[in-house]
Amino acid sequence: MIITQARPLEEITAIIKPYRKVAVLGCNTCAAVCYSGGEKEVGVLSGLLRLAQKKIGIELETFELCLERQCDDEFILTIKDKVDGVEAILSLACGGGVQKVAEKFPNLPVYPVLNTHFIGVNLEQGVWAEYCIGCGNCLLDLTGGICSLARCAKSLLNGPCGGSDKGKCEVNQENDCAWHLIYEKLNQTNRLELLEEIQPPRDWSSGRDGGPRKIKREDLSL
Amino acid sequence: MKPESKLLRLLDNGEFVVTAELGPPKSCDAELVEKKAEILKNYVDAVNITDNQTAIVRLSSLASAVLVQQKGVEAVLQMTCRDRNRIAIQSDILGACALGINNILCITGDHQSFGNHSQAKNVFDLDSVQLIYTVKQMRDEQKFLSGEEMKKAPAMFIGAAANPFAEPMDLRVIRLDKKVRAGAEFIQTQPVFDLEKFKLWMEKVRDRGLDEKTYIIAGVMPIRSVKMLKFMQAHVPGVAIPQVLVEEIENSPEPEKAGISFAVRMIEDLKKIKGVRGVHIMAVEWEKVIPEMVKKAGLLPRPS
Repeated sequence: MIITQARPLEEITAIIKPYRKVAVLGCNTCAAVCYSGGEKEVGVLSGLLRLAQKKIGIELETFELCLERQCDDEFILTIKDKVDGVEAILSLACGGGVQKVAEKFPNLPVYPVLNTHFIGVNLEQGVWAEYCIGCGNCLLDLTGGICSLARCAKSLLNGPCGGSDKGKCEVNQENDCAWHLIYEKLNQTNRLELLEEIQPPRDWSSGRDGGPRKIKREDLSL
Repeated sequence: MKPESKLLRLLDNGEFVVTAELGPPKSCDAELVEKKAEILKNYVDAVNITDNQTAIVRLSSLASAVLVQQKGVEAVLQMTCRDRNRIAIQSDILGACALGINNILCITGDHQSFGNHSQAKNVFDLDSVQLIYTVKQMRDEQKFLSGEEMKKAPAMFIGAAANPFAEPMDLRVIRLDKKVRAGAEFIQTQPVFDLEKFKLWMEKVRDRGLDEKTYIIAGVMPIRSVKMLKFMQAHVPGVAIPQVLVEEIENSPEPEKAGISFAVRMIEDLKKIKGVRGVHIMAVEWEKVIPEMVKKAGLLPRPS
């Protein structure tokens, strides 16, 4: 899941100052699941924004909407009529959703309400952690199912740096050292020999370093 | 091609070597580097030049290494993976060799969050094992990482670092083994305060036969004050300061003398351990005490 979190309210109220009529657009997939952009958050934010505008003498009209996903045309198009007359759209989606909505409404300013953080998982109520950097070349088979690119502060490939101690990362003692976790998992599953293998320099070109990425699947093309 | 390295020659000859660390200044003050080199000249066999240690911007390690060698002191160029990608790393290796540097210590590098530019982007295109492998491939196969051949290979004596104290110890030994297989011909360790723990680590190193495949140089650090001890304990991963050292420093009317005396005894003890081929003295911003330490440890005169 893509983990998002609301930007500070002051940043959003500063953005909407000139407006009297805005659409507040939620996203019912990742953003709803991590309590940053579902129907409830759309309602709460709309109320707060109306209040903020009232303080500066503006009667703000908010159109509260929520799409199944903001990253798909088929869903975005369903709100075409509903945003008639709005001056701006505030999107409560990940960066992908915000941009897709902006593409579909070329004549409207579209603003991000959330910061997009990472591809991650839910650890416990209210806690999420980054587990994947979307490198395009999975190595989890070599690392006991623990991604050192995402979970080691230095993205190391051949074991822990000198700063790892008793299972904790030197950068933040709250974080587990990914290589310690890998060592434990490989040890438990009798695969420690994997740790002895020297991993050669990585080809980063399948990741962001290769430039903006696009996947085209011929088998799905119409 | 064999590196033109005195450090390598002495180790090959079975000498117990002495290296020291030199931290470049946070300015372009060449004189300061030269003064530190003058202090160490004739007291150590080679001097490591740190590479923006703890992610604090300092005079470049390569430039400092050249300044040190101009004063007649052999340099060990420290190179981290934090600030350079494989293009810059290979370029700097060629540059270092062209300027007469023939020893390199390949390290991961402290994370930028510790330094004075914590908003910086880090690189870590290669890790330290891969950096070792890169230098070896350039030297022995005369090839860049891309596979492309080069006309003249950089003849580097290749070193790496090891932390014997961070736990679990077995994981540290696996990592050392990888570094040795990747091409590390000498190893400089984190400073030893806990001799017993270090002995245990050396046992594991010998069990794998690594002491026969690489030259192990043990780290030593003279402690100046209780404050410094506490800082080490809190901020250097895995460092276990034995109570006896804390008491010695605390109870001494002259803590600096007590610190030096502890370090000298440590050198003498390390020398007796099978597989330890030298000591690496890390006197952070206190390089001036190194000559006295080397003398007291009975390691003078240094062989030429």
